[in-house]
Amino acid sequence: MTASPTPSPTTAPLEPARAPAQKFRRVSAHGRVRHWGPGLLLLSPSLVLLAVFVYGLIAWTVRLSLSGQHSAIDKQTFEGTKTFTNLFTHDISDRFTHSLGNLGLFTLVFLLGTLFMGVLWALLLERKIPGEGIFRAIYLFPMAVSFVASGVVWRWLMNAGTGDRAGGLNAIFHGLGLTFLENPWVLDPHWGMAAMAMPAIWQLSGYVMALFLAGFRGIPAELREAAAMDGAGTFRLYRNVIFPQLTPTALSVLIILGHMSMKMFDLIMSVTGPGWITEVPAVYVWQTLLTSDFAKAAAISVILLLLVAVVIVPYLIYNNRVERRS
Amino acid sequence: MTSTTTTPPPAALPAVAPKPRKAKPSGINRRSPAGRAVTYVLLLFFLIVVLMPAYVLVVTSFKNGRDIGVNGQWGLPTVWTTISWAKAWTALGPSFFRTFELAIPVALISSFLGAANGFVLARWRFPGADVVFTLILFGMFIPYQSVMIPLREVVHSIHLLPGIPTLIFVHCVYGIPICTLIFRNYYATTVPVEIIEASRVDGAGLLRTFASVILPISIPGFVVTIIWQFTSAWNDYLFAIFLSNTNNGPITIALNALAGAQSPDYAASMAGALIASLPTLVVYVVLGRWFIGGLMAGSVKS
Repeated sequence: MTASPTPSPTTAPLEPARAPAQKFRRVSAHGRVRHWGPGLLLLSPSLVLLAVFVYGLIAWTVRLSLSGQHSAIDKQTFEGTKTFTNLFTHDISDRFTHSLGNLGLFTLVFLLGTLFMGVLWALLLERKIPGEGIFRAIYLFPMAVSFVASGVVWRWLMNAGTGDRAGGLNAIFHGLGLTFLENPWVLDPHWGMAAMAMPAIWQLSGYVMALFLAGFRGIPAELREAAAMDGAGTFRLYRNVIFPQLTPTALSVLIILGHMSMKMFDLIMSVTGPGWITEVPAVYVWQTLLTSDFAKAAAISVILLLLVAVVIVPYLIYNNRVERRS
Repeated sequence: MTSTTTTPPPAALPAVAPKPRKAKPSGINRRSPAGRAVTYVLLLFFLIVVLMPAYVLVVTSFKNGRDIGVNGQWGLPTVWTTISWAKAWTALGPSFFRTFELAIPVALISSFLGAANGFVLARWRFPGADVVFTLILFGMFIPYQSVMIPLREVVHSIHLLPGIPTLIFVHCVYGIPICTLIFRNYYATTVPVEIIEASRVDGAGLLRTFASVILPISIPGFVVTIIWQFTSAWNDYLFAIFLSNTNNGPITIALNALAGAQSPDYAASMAGALIASLPTLVVYVVLGRWFIGGLMAGSVKS
């Protein structure tokens, strides 16, 4: 990176040296403004917008979550963390903890499923084979479609009817005689969220494939050759040489997908709409706003933000460090 | 155009010539004919799985809404009809054009903001630039629910017109982080420091350098951010549902209204889903390799 040409203004230790040092400091401050000023000026509209609309509004939401504004006519009195504790202890039928549980199940199935499919596809395509481009393009195409649009077809595929009334995927299972596979999908009270992860897996496995494919291709051929020379078989080559190299890729993938999962909203609204079985905090916020309980909606949003921040902030700091070192 | 996207994309679509690779080491890395056959069988199987929803969408959309019984629901239509397409178009047409009015300005404005920021953060680095960059990036990961409640009040109080103008503003603001990231990585990897130093020696200030030296070589970066922002704005549902309605909102709202009824007309819904996906799919097919460039940039560092 370009080193700063302005010398750092160290404080002068001796009395006699003070006057010239101060003069020098003033010049250098002026020089710094002239040097960095235009850049900061160019950056400033974005910085102001983000300061207000990201950090300012988050602060506003936090304040709202600590207030007693539980209806459109309530005053903004300070209530402390009562709304938060109520969510965990006094929510009707434990609705909030239920939505957290749903989010947990969804995230687990979504991460495992997407990672499995993505890595498998990348492995299958890793060694250049004829037709690779077509497979890759098709595996990736669901990324271009919105969750709202794909939700339309997944709602049809995951038709809860079974037996003679089977529809969608159940009709295929029924036709093939695999009746034990027929299930109510997103209407299953226990495993509904696992089914909800299927469209998300369909949509994002190609993304994971693309990232891992780039990872595989980034490994120097010499490394593979050296391993082969040492007599490593295919399994050991991947286990001991290739996969360890891809740890940063895997970490990025997990964090990107994990934070997407926390925010999942469109897909659920599209496939089932708001409902008990598939409710997650992001949808709960929306439902709570409809009842004008602003403090509660804000409190759920803050918890959602914390969930994401726990994953993202260490990642951003880590990235920052890695970059500075290189 | 060279292959200088943000992060080297894994030679995305067939249009891209694969990089010449060294001859494979013999032995372990060559697949036996049986292994090759298994690979292809698996690849084809997954190809069918991935395409299955697309097949259902297309086939069902050409059926007559009343003719979708339980029997033969996976089959081709007995009578091909565009009646459901007409019905979907009636429901989605106005919002289809509105969404262009939304996505195109968003793509252009946020790309310019991103280019300016990315340039400063990559090549005109002031003390503390790393911290500022990290603070900017955080904005792209937040769940937007955490700003949405006051956001509704703010856009109302600054007298933004409801619907598309509000959404343009909001998408531009929250698109700044990703566009800044893409351009910063682009400039950091493709614009040599020497060009900027030379420009400085010639006495050009930052703005002159940016406008006359940097912008002309920024087209690949712009392609990535324009595609990315266009797709995000087109596909967005969260901001749309909080800040607009079926009468003034984008196509995702209209589609969900069409498809979300208690007993939906599946044929019309699926025709609608196809209409709503068409623009982004066209972008994907035509400009696929840059689309992937944007995706890769989403992972901060690849």
